[in-house]
Amino acid sequence: MNPLAAIGASTLSIFRLIGAAAIFATRALAAAGSPPFYIDQIGRQMLRIGFFSLPVVGLTAVFIGAALALNIYTGGARFNAEQFVPNIVVLGITRELGPVLAALMLAGRVSAAIAAEIGTMRVTEQIDALKTLSTDPMRFLVAPRVLAAVVTLPLLVIVADILGVMGGFLVSVWSLDFNPSVYLRNTIEFLEAADVGTGLIKAAVFGFLLAVMGCFHGDRSAGGARGVGIAATHAVVSAAVLIFAANYVMTALFVER
Amino acid sequence: MPEMPPLLALRRLHKAFGDKQVLRGLSLEVGRGESVVLIGGSGVGKSVTIKIALGLMRADAGEIVIDGASLAAMSGAERATALARFGMLFQGGALFDSLRVWENVAFRLIYREHVNRRAAKAQAIEALAKVRLGPDVAELYPANLSGGMQKRTALARAILGRPDLIFFDEPTTGLDPITADAINALISSLVRDLGCAALTITHDLASARKIADRVAMIHDGRILWEGRPALLNASGDPFVDQFVHGRADGPIQPNL
Ligand SMILES: Nc1ncnc2c1ncn2[C@@H]1O[C@H](COP(=O)(O)OP(=O)(O)O)[C@@H](O)[C@H]1O
Ligand SMILES: [Mg+2]
Repeated sequence: MNPLAAIGASTLSIFRLIGAAAIFATRALAAAGSPPFYIDQIGRQMLRIGFFSLPVVGLTAVFIGAALALNIYTGGARFNAEQFVPNIVVLGITRELGPVLAALMLAGRVSAAIAAEIGTMRVTEQIDALKTLSTDPMRFLVAPRVLAAVVTLPLLVIVADILGVMGGFLVSVWSLDFNPSVYLRNTIEFLEAADVGTGLIKAAVFGFLLAVMGCFHGDRSAGGARGVGIAATHAVVSAAVLIFAANYVMTALFVER
Repeated sequence: MPEMPPLLALRRLHKAFGDKQVLRGLSLEVGRGESVVLIGGSGVGKSVTIKIALGLMRADAGEIVIDGASLAAMSGAERATALARFGMLFQGGALFDSLRVWENVAFRLIYREHVNRRAAKAQAIEALAKVRLGPDVAELYPANLSGGMQKRTALARAILGRPDLIFFDEPTTGLDPITADAINALISSLVRDLGCAALTITHDLASARKIADRVAMIHDGRILWEGRPALLNASGDPFVDQFVHGRADGPIQPNL
């Protein structure tokens, strides 16, 4: 094959994939926003995506908050700014690390699981079976997962924010000799509603992306168990990349200039 | 009185996957209450044919006509109503593994018709009894069932909607001969009781002879031969002869 043709063909297939994902995401959004709503399915997915992710997200947040406090303390000490640890920790956690890290943990945990589940349903003809039972898989399978992720990820991020701040607090009080009440006062005093709010908006968008990527790759899977494994990998990788990209775009929109 | 149109007519279907032309102008009809058996080698497009008929796959060309009305000319809602008259038993059962057996069987009642769960469960248990599964099975998950029980559960799910036409994709493949025969007997009696039509894919000529009003053989993307099962041995067609006698040498190249 001529090399130019090969480059052209792979470029086209990448654009085809992006186009297919965009169409899928649009259809998922339309299905999530209009009846019928399968309440029992939404509830089940909220438990699975949200509740059972609490431990991983919580632990991640505590450790990252603690590490952040130590780093800011050593860095700040170079120009006598150690006292800003609480302010910077809470900003870093609420605006950036809480939502991004919670979303990445869920990309690993939830996108992969969704892709594997829907992929298995695809290769075992359960998706076709749904259609023969007059049920739209977009509404029955995709919409509940997307809705559950969009609703629960911000809730998880609230927990991550609190635990992340707590991680920083514990380290600061125990090993950096901060006064607990001063630390807490500084944490809250300069915090604005927008810091938490933009983080929660990010979380909702990340939830959408990671659920849609899981569903999209699962739905495309073909070729038995191996195809399902590939779908799970693709779901995690594409969800993670999209989360980082969307994070940059939203941050650029949200920061005041 | 004008002649009634067939329940299902597939007209000149074409379907290719990439460079691979699978169907080349396949036409097939199924009448009301008629049992048609589709035979043919592996990979000739039998499953693809019924997936197209069920609206699960789009043909590249050709027409699907249900009760005289072309599917392509219908609105979304009309299409859904027309296709809801069909039931399907998938090759692997295709039970939903996150739902209990009775929820699988009553799926359409619970999620489509919004029947309350108690009533839906009662109907599911009734349908399970028709396929000789006891109420104790109802609470299990599909993963806890044997292959034969999964097939029967899927069958109960397919008949619960009281379809006018049921598609069976290799209903006995992968079952031991005794279970296979039991499933065949069950299918025949259910189809007879429901008065519905059936389009069955099978490799098993013994069961084809038992259940078919008409046998159609697919080869090279078309229906090569069709006729009453009694005529299978005297088709005069070398392709059918080779298939019926299960010989590797003949006009059909074995698909290895
Ligand atoms: N979704 C698909 N994508 C690509 N090829 C397919 C697909 N479905 C079926 N095929 C191909 O079409 C041919 C016919 O398949 P099928 O109808 O399943 O065969 P069978 O007659 O054994 O049921 C096979 O060669 C198969 O590989
Ligand atoms: Mg097949």
